[in-house]
Amino acid sequence: MMNQLDDLYQEVIFDHNKSPRNFGPLENADHEAKGFNPLCGDKINVYIEMDGEIIKDIHFDGSGCAISKASASIMTTLLLGKNKTEARELFEKFRTLITVEHDYDEATLGKLVVFAGVREFPTRVKCATLAWHTMQSAINNDGETVTTEKNE
Amino acid sequence: MEKSTVIESDRRESKTGNMLDVESIRKDFPALNQDVYGKPLVYLDNAATAQKPQVVINAITEFYSTINSNVHRGIHYLSQQATEAYESARVTSQKFINASESSEIIFVKGTTEAINLVASTFGIENIGKGDEILVSNMEHHSNIVPWQLLCEKTGAKLKVIPINDSGELEMDELKSLLTDKTKLVSIIHVSNSLGTINPMKEIVTLAHEKNIPVLVDGAQAVQHITVDVQDMDCDFYTFSGHKVYGPTGVGVLYAKKMHLEKMPPYQGGGEMISTVSFEKTEYNTIPHKFEAGTPNIAGVIGLAKALNYVNKLGLSAISAYESQLLTYASAEVEKIPELRIIGRADRKASVLSFVLENIHPHDVGTVLDREGIAVRSGHHCTQPVMDRYQIPATSRASFAFYNTEEEIDRLVKSIKRVVKLFG
Repeated sequence: MMNQLDDLYQEVIFDHNKSPRNFGPLENADHEAKGFNPLCGDKINVYIEMDGEIIKDIHFDGSGCAISKASASIMTTLLLGKNKTEARELFEKFRTLITVEHDYDEATLGKLVVFAGVREFPTRVKCATLAWHTMQSAINNDGETVTTEKNE
Repeated sequence: MEKSTVIESDRRESKTGNMLDVESIRKDFPALNQDVYGKPLVYLDNAATAQKPQVVINAITEFYSTINSNVHRGIHYLSQQATEAYESARVTSQKFINASESSEIIFVKGTTEAINLVASTFGIENIGKGDEILVSNMEHHSNIVPWQLLCEKTGAKLKVIPINDSGELEMDELKSLLTDKTKLVSIIHVSNSLGTINPMKEIVTLAHEKNIPVLVDGAQAVQHITVDVQDMDCDFYTFSGHKVYGPTGVGVLYAKKMHLEKMPPYQGGGEMISTVSFEKTEYNTIPHKFEAGTPNIAGVIGLAKALNYVNKLGLSAISAYESQLLTYASAEVEKIPELRIIGRADRKASVLSFVLENIHPHDVGTVLDREGIAVRSGHHCTQPVMDRYQIPATSRASFAFYNTEEEIDRLVKSIKRVVKLFG
């Protein structure tokens, strides 16, 4: 059972939890959204500067567990320079990775494969997806706070 | 039928003195005897819900296997037996909190429904525009939201008694918040997230000096300390069955007879009426006026079994033992430098909330879970408490009389493991 715990908390996750990338508000943001997980109190803000369809810059801040923080941090590093459609597709692939047992495509998922262990911890899936839902809302300019209780 | 009095010879005290024979007590709770992720379960989420003794589980099975029938309806044998068991449970509940009459005991789904009942009957009748309802900063959401709903309907205002850094009510602030506008005080007896035992008798005295009625949310109290509603002199007292070793879906609202007789019905339906015609309906007498529809009969019978079980162990012995567990656990976790206890009131029930520096409670919960240890991670339905201490959540270990110091040792060892893992 300790193996599953080691699978969940991989070194990369510890690293991003301790030193999150692209952390803090974004001066030139033209899209932003708030995310909230009422079950554990995680709060996250995602800030995006768009250049047409392209994500020119993306930041996040807030408070959360290691899984939600690392997920947000890695997400920002992967979405830089991607367009809206690519962002949505990556989110879908990520969600499949952590919820459905299947052979994942390491080439498209990149660093996200470190979250494969989340699958064994159903109560933590919402932690991993909170930042992604919030990013989606920011791009769509919904203006509404995303809560995990509506989206999963 | 059940006897609610304590039978001295049934008290299970160990030979060493006042304490309970925990080893023998644990055998009464089948759910405690299981492995989780290959490790013996350490159940420390008792404030969320307690495990059930075999006598309670048996009582429910027995009811459905023997006298299952509706209450207060049939003249047949089974219905009489069921009615007798149901009404006897009311007497057991009455004696458990020392109410003066059994008609002052209303069976409800739980504390949440009890508070909603008072808000939508007593509240609607007695609280209007510009009036104030006084709660505290440490209330459970179920003692906040029903009053907010009432305020929205009536134009009344919700006022909040602040708490100090230790998690105790600011009594001076409380005194100044009791004004001519205050129409009800509603306060949690024992805080579910901080463990604080509030001085309810003192609060009731202060409120009554100004003729303000008091509701006491006892969901976290009756399983830990002796409650005497006559001595406390509160107007309303509520508790949930499942937190006092009984089934889920059943609870008690105690209200003084003088209030119940004036309060309008809560829900309409069967049982709560005496005569119905399309012109006019006469309501039943109390307590039946507030129990519309077929009640949770098996649950009520199971609750009485649980209360009798607690009576047999004795709440003074339970309080003493749980207090010893809390003292031990607090001293042990304090040795972990990264750990901070949230809630350090002088008078505390066996609830231990804590945060670890730079480690989110959700991660703590996951690691402990895989060690077979069940704690609660989150805001515990007390978001204003989390805001007060500027934390998103806490980890909470809550102890019952069946927990042991060995289990606390396992908890402490696992917390140290978390610190090492995330440090």
